[in-house]
Amino acid sequence: MSTAILEEKAPLPAQAGPAVVNDFSIHVATANGSGSMSSNNILMRSIFQMGIPVSGKNLFPSNIQGLPTWFTIRASKEGFIARRRDIGVLICMNPETAHEDVRTVHSGAAVIYEESLKLDGLRNDVHFYAVPFQKLVLELVQDGKLRRLAVNMIYVGVAAWLLGIDMAEVERAVEKQFKNKAKAIEINLKAIRGGFDWAGKNLKKADPFRLERMNSTAGKIIIDGNAAAAIGCVLAGVTVVTWYPITPSSALAESFTDYCRRFRIDPETGKPTFAIVQAEDELAAIGMVLGAAWAGARAMTTTSGPGISLMSEFTGLGYYAEIPAVIFDVQRVGPSTGLPTRTMQGDIVSTYNLSHGDARHILLIPGSVQECSEMAGEAFNLAERFQTPVFVMMDLDLGMNNWMSDPFPYPEKPFDRGKVLRTSGDIDRHVKKFGAFERYKDVDGDGIPWRTLPGTTEHPLAAYFTRGSGHTERATYSERPDDYKNNMDRLARKFETAKAHVPRPIVSNGPGSPVGLIAYGSSDFAVEEARVILRKRGLETDYLRLRALPFTPDAAEFVAGHERVYVVDQNRDRQMYELLTLEVREDCGKLRSIRHYDGFPLDAETVVEGVEAGEKN
Amino acid sequence: MSSVAEPKAPPTNRRGLTVKEYGGLKSTLCVGCGHDVITRQITQAFYEMGVEPHRVAKMSGIGCSSKTTAYFVDKGHGFNAVHGRMPSIATGSALANPNLLYIGVSGDGDTASIGAGQFVHLLRRNLPMIYIVENNGVYGLTKGQFSATADLGSRLKTGVVNDLPAMDLCALAIELGCGYVARSFSGDMKQLLALIKGAIAHRGTALLDVISPCVTFNNHEDSTKSYKWAKDHEIPIQEIGFVPFFEEIQVDYDPGTTQDVTLHDGSHIRLRKLREDYDATDRMKALGLLHEGQVKQEFLTGLIYVDPSKKDFLSLLQLPESPLATIPDEKVRPPREALDQMMEELK
Repeated sequence: MSTAILEEKAPLPAQAGPAVVNDFSIHVATANGSGSMSSNNILMRSIFQMGIPVSGKNLFPSNIQGLPTWFTIRASKEGFIARRRDIGVLICMNPETAHEDVRTVHSGAAVIYEESLKLDGLRNDVHFYAVPFQKLVLELVQDGKLRRLAVNMIYVGVAAWLLGIDMAEVERAVEKQFKNKAKAIEINLKAIRGGFDWAGKNLKKADPFRLERMNSTAGKIIIDGNAAAAIGCVLAGVTVVTWYPITPSSALAESFTDYCRRFRIDPETGKPTFAIVQAEDELAAIGMVLGAAWAGARAMTTTSGPGISLMSEFTGLGYYAEIPAVIFDVQRVGPSTGLPTRTMQGDIVSTYNLSHGDARHILLIPGSVQECSEMAGEAFNLAERFQTPVFVMMDLDLGMNNWMSDPFPYPEKPFDRGKVLRTSGDIDRHVKKFGAFERYKDVDGDGIPWRTLPGTTEHPLAAYFTRGSGHTERATYSERPDDYKNNMDRLARKFETAKAHVPRPIVSNGPGSPVGLIAYGSSDFAVEEARVILRKRGLETDYLRLRALPFTPDAAEFVAGHERVYVVDQNRDRQMYELLTLEVREDCGKLRSIRHYDGFPLDAETVVEGVEAGEKN
Repeated sequence: MSSVAEPKAPPTNRRGLTVKEYGGLKSTLCVGCGHDVITRQITQAFYEMGVEPHRVAKMSGIGCSSKTTAYFVDKGHGFNAVHGRMPSIATGSALANPNLLYIGVSGDGDTASIGAGQFVHLLRRNLPMIYIVENNGVYGLTKGQFSATADLGSRLKTGVVNDLPAMDLCALAIELGCGYVARSFSGDMKQLLALIKGAIAHRGTALLDVISPCVTFNNHEDSTKSYKWAKDHEIPIQEIGFVPFFEEIQVDYDPGTTQDVTLHDGSHIRLRKLREDYDATDRMKALGLLHEGQVKQEFLTGLIYVDPSKKDFLSLLQLPESPLATIPDEKVRPPREALDQMMEELK
C-alpha cells in the first residue's frame, strides 16, 4: 500500500480552532473476533452515563474472526442518533484497513493508532496520536491469553483521556459490562487505567473534540431493536416461537428465550408458558407458526430476506386459509445472500404481496426501538383479529444496533384474540344468531369470519377442514367460479377493514410548507435530523412517517396537501415510492424519490442533498 | 328373554359411538384405489380404539393420498397443508395443543421427494403422531410420474424406466430413531388394522409405509407397486395381534414364538414370529432385515421396529399441563414489575 499523501492539504496549526463539544463521531476500526465489542460498549456507555445523547453502530462483516469491522459511536448534544457520515475521532487498531481508514476521515480529525503502523506520514491535515498498544499490553496484562482482548481496553483509556471522559463513569460501565465477574472487571480496568495514564504522560492534546457532562440521558435506556421486539413478544403473551438462525434476526429469538426463562415461568406450576423450537429451515419455521396459531396459540417466527423468500408459499396458505401468524423480518441487503450484515429496507414490495396468486398482507413498520416493542404486541392483535399473517418490518440498523430510548411503557390494552368460538355455548349462540357455523362466512359484514380451535369443544359443528385449495363458506372443497370469487372478494373486504386498524402515520405539519417528506422505519432518525438542517438553511418541511401497509387515507391526504413530496427509501428500486404512486394516483407527479442503498445506515446528509437537489430543479 | 327378533342396534364402542360416527365425506379417488382401503382401516381402528372424534387432528400435504383425510373422522379438525410440509403444521399444532391425536396421511411424493426435509426432522424429533405413507411409487394427481420410492428398474405404462434407487422410508425412519416403524400393504387389511391400532397406542412418531397400488397409473405388469406384484411378493414377518389397554388379556403366549410389546397407553402388540430369530425391538436386526429384503427383492411387511421407551418431542420440551393454545391471557403477560426490571437493567 502506498504511503503517499493523497491530497495536498494545508498542515494543521498546532492549536486547532474552537472546541467541538458533544457533537462528533468516534470510529473504531478493529478486526472482528478480537473482542472489541466489550470495549466499544464500555466507551459508548461511559458517554451515555455522562448524560450525553449517544448511539452506537456496528458495521461488521459476515465472518467470525479476522475480517475488518468498525464501530461508530456518535455523541450528539442535540440528541441526533442517526449515522453521521463524517468521523471526528478515528481509532485504528486494524493494520489491514489502517491506511484506508486514515484516508477516509475528514480534515481535522483525531487519529489514535498503534505506533508500529507508522500512519502519521499519510496525511498532514489530521491530528495523529501514536500509542504503543502492543508494548503497553505486555506490561499491563500478565496472562498472555487475555492480551488480545485487553489491548482493546487500552484504547478506551486513551480515548477517555483525549476526549475528557469521566473515569468514574468508565468504571461503572466496566462493572455493568462484566456484571459480577470480579476478575474480568479488575483486568479490564487495569488496562483502561494503563491507557489513560500513559496518554496523560505522553500525549499532547491538539484536536478540538471534547466530551462534557450534560443531563440529557437521565432515565433513558440503551437497547437494540431485536431485544426490544423480544420484550414486546414476551409481554404480548406469545406462546410458540419457531425460528431458523439468520443474521440479523437471530438475536430476536435468543433474546425472547432469555427473557422468557426469567419472566414467563408459571409461578404455580414452575413450568414454562412458552415453547421455542429451532426449526430445520424457514419453511418449517413458518409452517410450525401456522400450525400453532391454527390450534389457537399466539405464534411467531423471526427471519430476514432469504427466509421471507422461503416463506412465500406458506404465507399464501396463511392468507387464503385465514390463519394468524406474526413474522418479524429484520431486513438485510439482498437480493440473494447479498450483504448479510448490512442494512436495507429491501423487502417492502415483495413482502406486501408475498405468495403466488392475489395476496396482500399487513406490514407494520417500526421507526424506533420502542415501536419495535409496541408493534410486536400490536402485530399479534392484528394477526388474530384479521386471521392472517402480519409482518413486522424491521431492518438490521434498527434490529442490531444500540439505540437510546425512553423506557417502554407497560401495555395496558388487553389482548385482542379475534373472533373465536371457544365453547359449545359460543357455537350454540352463534348458530342461534346466524343459522349455522360456517368457517368462511362473513356474518358481520367486515369480511372477517369466525373460527373454532381444534379439539377444544365436543360440539358436533365445531370441526372444519382447513385447506389451501378452493373452498366454500362451509370450508368444503370447491372449484366453482362463484365460490372462488366470493371468497376472494371477502378477503379483499377484510383487507379494507384492516385499513382502519393498522397504526396510522405520524404526521408533523408546519404552517403551509409546500415541501413534504415521507419516510418509514429506521430512516426516521436521519430524516428528523435532515429537517433541522434544512430549516437552518431556510427550508421548512412537513413530514409523514409511515408505520404500516396498507396505507391509511392519511398518506394520500398528505400528498394532496403539498406541492412536492420526497419519499425516502433505503433500497434501489424506490419501493415505497412505487407503492405510493399507486395509492395517490393523480397526485403521483408530486412524488420524488430519495434513495440510499449502499448497505450502511442512512445519514441526514443524504436526505438533505436529495431534497436540495430536487428543490433546485 | 323374548325370542322375537328386534331390529338390531348397530354395535358401539367403549364410548357408545358407532363406526359411522368415525366416517367422513365420500371418496373421490379412482375406483379400486388402495388409499380407500387404508381409509376404511383407519376409520375402523379409531372406532375400535374408542378415540374421541373431536380430539382427532388430521394432517395431510398435497396429492391423492392427502385428500383422504377428508374421508374419515369428520368430527375432527383437518388441515390440508402445502406440498410436502405437513410435518411442520403438525409440529406447530402439537406444540400448541399436545392433547390431540395427530394422524398424518401422505404419499410417496409428498413424503420422500418434496417433503423429505420435513419428514426426516419429524422423525428426528419423534413428534407424537401417526404418519401413514400411502406409497404407490408414482404421482397420481399429475398423471403418473415416478416418485422417489419407485423401485430401481421399474417401468411406467409409458415405457419410462426408473434408473434411480428407491428411498426406503422404513430404513430412514429407523436410522433417525423412530420408535414405531411398520410396512404393510393395503391389500392386507387385518395386518394393517392391527398396525394402525398399535400406532394409536404408541407415543412418538409411528411410521406406517403402506404399499397402496395406483390402479390408474401404476398397476400394470411391469410395475413393482401393483396389486398383483404386492400380493405375489408379500412376505409378512409376523402375525400381529393387538390387545387394547381397555380389554383384559385372555391368552398366554409362548415367548419362544411370540414377542409381546407393551405400548405407551398400556395396550399390547403381539408379534407371532414368522421369521426365526427376528426381534422387532432390535434396531440392527431391523435394519439388517430391510437390507436383506432389498437385496433379495422381497416385499417384507409387519412391525419392523418398535421401541416404546423413546422420549417424544413434547415431553422433552416440558410443556405445561394445559395446552398453550388455550392458556389464559393473564398467565402469559408478565406483570408491570417484570417490565420495570427489564428496563432498569438497560439503563
